Amino acid sequence: MTTQTEVTLNELKHLVSERALEGETVLLNMGPQHPSTHGVLRLLLELEGETVINCMPDIGFLHTGIEKNMEAKTYEKAEVMTDRMDYLNTVGNNLVYCLAIEKLAELDVPPRAQAIRVVLTELQRIASHLVWLGTHALDLAAMSTFLYCFREREMILDILEMCSGQRMMTTYIRPGGLWRDTPPEFEDAVRQFLRIFPARIAQYEALLTKNPIFLDRTRNIGVISAQDAIRWGMSGPSLRGSGVPFDLRKANPYSGYDQYEFDIPTATSGDIYGRYLVRMEEMRQSLRIIQQAMDRMPYGPVRSNNRKYVPPPRSELSTSMEAVIHHFKLWTEGFSLPKGAVYVPVESPRGELGCYLESDGSPKPHRVHFRTPSFVHLQVLPVLSRGHLVADLVGIIGSVDIVLGDADR
Amino acid sequence: MQSTMPGEITPTFDAQNETSLAGAQAEKPQRLTSLEIAHVLQPRFQGEWWPSPEAAEKPFRGEVVLLIPAEHIVSAAQALRDEFGFDYLSNLTASDYWPQLQPRFHVVYQFYSMSYNQRISLRVPLSDPDYELASIESIYPVANWHEREVFDMFGIRFNGHSDLRRILMPHDWVGHPLRKDYPLGYEEPQFTFNFDDIQVRKHKPGYEEA
Repeated sequence: MTTQTEVTLNELKHLVSERALEGETVLLNMGPQHPSTHGVLRLLLELEGETVINCMPDIGFLHTGIEKNMEAKTYEKAEVMTDRMDYLNTVGNNLVYCLAIEKLAELDVPPRAQAIRVVLTELQRIASHLVWLGTHALDLAAMSTFLYCFREREMILDILEMCSGQRMMTTYIRPGGLWRDTPPEFEDAVRQFLRIFPARIAQYEALLTKNPIFLDRTRNIGVISAQDAIRWGMSGPSLRGSGVPFDLRKANPYSGYDQYEFDIPTATSGDIYGRYLVRMEEMRQSLRIIQQAMDRMPYGPVRSNNRKYVPPPRSELSTSMEAVIHHFKLWTEGFSLPKGAVYVPVESPRGELGCYLESDGSPKPHRVHFRTPSFVHLQVLPVLSRGHLVADLVGIIGSVDIVLGDADR
Repeated sequence: MQSTMPGEITPTFDAQNETSLAGAQAEKPQRLTSLEIAHVLQPRFQGEWWPSPEAAEKPFRGEVVLLIPAEHIVSAAQALRDEFGFDYLSNLTASDYWPQLQPRFHVVYQFYSMSYNQRISLRVPLSDPDYELASIESIYPVANWHEREVFDMFGIRFNGHSDLRRILMPHDWVGHPLRKDYPLGYEEPQFTFNFDDIQVRKHKPGYEEA
């Protein structure tokens, strides 16, 4: 074996306080295989008794080189990589990547495809919030919520499977529209979910919102002010929990979000409980959006007609030579985008998910970068956890809703 | 406890509340479009329009992008935050143009203004051989990890950064994976029993030690 270097305390001297070097405070390693770190997150904690003086997150255990890999694939093939980043928001990852391609190519998306995109991303938002709620409550010792949340999440995964054939890694949204139209049973399944789910949210709230143990563990813990949250780049429900009504669905509407009526829930407390209230209300708002989108679902094609970017329908292949040529070109060489760079942000369940896409005019992306909310939120962890107990740190990690696949990419 | 805001974004922390905007002594931000702001910044920081000079009139895909020299990035970021209310650093990344060396890298900044819902992007070209520029961590604390990621992936050094270590790759990794001359894949998997054999014939990209 070649020699392996180890990080010594000396190299981390600038991160810990003087007292750690004197041995007055304790350095403790938490993770990367700790159940409450929601994946493989390692935290180096500096403790005085049980109080966290400093916390140094160490990430990268799930780094899979997705950005590098995408540079070696054509635009269409690279899309499947995006599913694997934030595995609780796969539809949203596809969406931001496709929006970036569509912006660079100036490609129009038919209204029906846009409405279905909205329905699916909002369902995915609810599913992601359910996983967050279940695991967060589990961390704070409310066991049964987890089981109820996963029961409802299953309904959403069934809908995704119905559309795309996959429960999680859907790749259903494609540049220029969707892979194909939704199956006939889609509408019933979504309406069934819309009927059932409001009562279920009330159930979760009955379990937690006024539960004295839950209140003790969440109120006035992990507080961050609005100014600090902005300076530290927080976004999504974590920022809205501090009272900033910033939502990219309102600020830079995409996929026709401007046609739907919904509110941006905010809480003023900026603590774990505030972020909890915001996410609970967000699920209701998502239901409102889905309801409107289903009621106004337009008929028509679900893919752009631009054959330079979107493959022709199967039925044309046996009658049109043009279609065969386009099909062949798209599945061998792939399409090329105009030279240039765009940055497209969308509102993921966790916050601002941005895609920086740069093209050099070849069929492969020159550079793809994802600005992921979990990456940015993990950096705020020391600010949020300073002065709290180790037990509260678990709640704080849960409250910013991190997904390590999202942070490490 | 919870207040549900009406649909429209009405920032509660805008110019009336001085402390909420980046600097307390900041001038009252003017309501210029981001293109007009770029026209103010361009002569001041010897900027160029990107991707082409036509972007001065009609920005590419509606995104205002300025190319500015590395020595001005801190003052430009400071001006954006304090004078124009760009209080939010949305994204920071880099792009490699190898084999082109002049410039080889662009460091790309995306700024966002919460109060005015505007975006502006700055790009800093870096030429061979000194891939370094000043850190903007003191202005936007969020830049800390973004700059660490760019350092890790591209080997671009940020001067004045408080904690410039690798962030995603292991701390003893050699090379910077997102550089274009870094090979992708085709590596033999190394296990304990064949580690040394493979190490000998492994392609070693000729980078300076990180």
